[in-house]
Amino acid sequence: MRIVSAQKAEKLSFAGLWLCTAIVILPVLGITVVLVWRGASALSWDLIVGTPHGLLAPIVGTILLVTLTGLIAAPLGIAAAVYLTEYSRGGPLVRLVRLAIVNLAGVPSVVYGLFGLALFVTLFHFGRSLLAGACTLALLVLPLVISTSEEALRQVPGSLRHASLALGASQWQTVRRVVLPNALPGIITGLILSIGRAAGETAPILFTAAFYSLTDPFPNSLLDPILALPYQLFVMVMEVPNVAPATKWATAFVLLAIVLGMNIVAVILRARLRGSRRW
Amino acid sequence: MKRSIAGAREWLIESTIRLAGVLAIIFVLLIFAFLLHDALPVFSEASLSDLLTGRSWRPTSEPAQLGMLPLILGSLYVTVGALVIAIPLGLGCAVFISEVAPVRMREILKPLVEMLAAIPSVVYGFLGLLMIGPWLADLMDLPIGQFAALGSLMLAFMALPTIVSISEDAIRNVPVTLRSGSLALGATDWQTIVRVVVPAARSGIIAASLLGLGRAIGETMTVLMVTGNAAVIPQGLAGFLKPVRTMTATIAAEMGETAYQTPHYHALFTIGLVLFVITYKHNAHSECPKG
Repeated sequence: MRIVSAQKAEKLSFAGLWLCTAIVILPVLGITVVLVWRGASALSWDLIVGTPHGLLAPIVGTILLVTLTGLIAAPLGIAAAVYLTEYSRGGPLVRLVRLAIVNLAGVPSVVYGLFGLALFVTLFHFGRSLLAGACTLALLVLPLVISTSEEALRQVPGSLRHASLALGASQWQTVRRVVLPNALPGIITGLILSIGRAAGETAPILFTAAFYSLTDPFPNSLLDPILALPYQLFVMVMEVPNVAPATKWATAFVLLAIVLGMNIVAVILRARLRGSRRW
Repeated sequence: MKRSIAGAREWLIESTIRLAGVLAIIFVLLIFAFLLHDALPVFSEASLSDLLTGRSWRPTSEPAQLGMLPLILGSLYVTVGALVIAIPLGLGCAVFISEVAPVRMREILKPLVEMLAAIPSVVYGFLGLLMIGPWLADLMDLPIGQFAALGSLMLAFMALPTIVSISEDAIRNVPVTLRSGSLALGATDWQTIVRVVVPAARSGIIAASLLGLGRAIGETMTVLMVTGNAAVIPQGLAGFLKPVRTMTATIAAEMGETAYQTPHYHALFTIGLVLFVITYKHNAHSECPKG
């Protein structure tokens, strides 16, 4: 009798777990489908190049912003990861560095916005600009760049390093000629992931880079403010009255497509990398 | 001679790398210092207890009223609501993925959950404001489609990927010998999960929940868009169905229109400082169980 009830309980509980998973996955999948369906059907050539609220300017702005973000974050993040995997030998300093990285990753994005406003916009006199926004976003994605690069570097087997050192190469030569080239695909995957994250962020660029303009939407220099897709969507939904619903849906769709697209690319790259590993 | 130039170059590069290594520490200190620098002048206007327990946030009135209690309680309501939804669901989902789902299904579910984390918060806000809010308001007969519980619901889904994937890792790391022992004693799979596996993964699950909490409390755009932005003190359980305003949303909504170096400007930096301190502490704790 008891055994039967235990088995019944198990069946019931597993059904409950099924339900949990369905509740977690299905609604979000559902709204993504709705967004793709409504957004893609609203999207038209005229919506992209037309005015006002053409999507071209915010798309260009976002691409410029995340490219610059990547250019700033990549050298810093990769160098930090090289330090952690190749040069550091443990100890309290490294523990402190790791704690700092974890904490940077936990700082709310709007607080990065405040910091960017105080340091880049005000103190460095960048103003509300492409450059200030990219610096702020670079800080935001730095922990992600460091941790993904570190993972890629750790995947390179020690035997390769030892072989290089045994041939008389210095530590830096080993890092540059042996470790980094072998870790490069993994590092690039991490960078794509980081840039995808930056492309979807709104709060950090609210006061550092983004603006809303119908007349002069394209930046002429690094010190000009930009239109950006997430900010454009936010402004059209919250602040500008009478924007056609089709424009909002199309903007949301393009933003989601860019961000998810980069993530899918990274996931596929990572899977192929695992498949093709030579060691 | 050539050798020493190469040596000098190498020394320079390696020093740069070492500097980049400690950059994370420098940035954490810089963020703290800048927040503090731009927050401190507010104390010439109001004392710390005025700020933290003041019941009225009217930063543009004369003189400015900078009581943050409505904002702190707003954040608390939305975050607690989100965790009440997200922790049980996330734990159930994590147990399902690691213990129950067939291997095939697991390989689809894991990347899918990770993908959910990539959806931008402004897109969640857009959908919450245009679709889910009005729909829920209709369903529950509410006057408006922007309220605290809607923020909780949206935040729950944003925190879930973190909670699921970290709990799942923790559950998977429970040694197989523990499971085998329990099964050998005649326990069913479910009894093993509840009495052995989940308790053994406890510290990882707690860490996952704390990280989810951090995500929820710091989330900005979604709550700004769906919670209605009324800086009032929420009352009782009914407060969940009324508009509130969180700390993060206040910064995002008001910093753009605030004049530089006014009490309002400093007060917003004080909110940022409070958020930084909250998330700092919690991260230091949530990393502990993992060593």
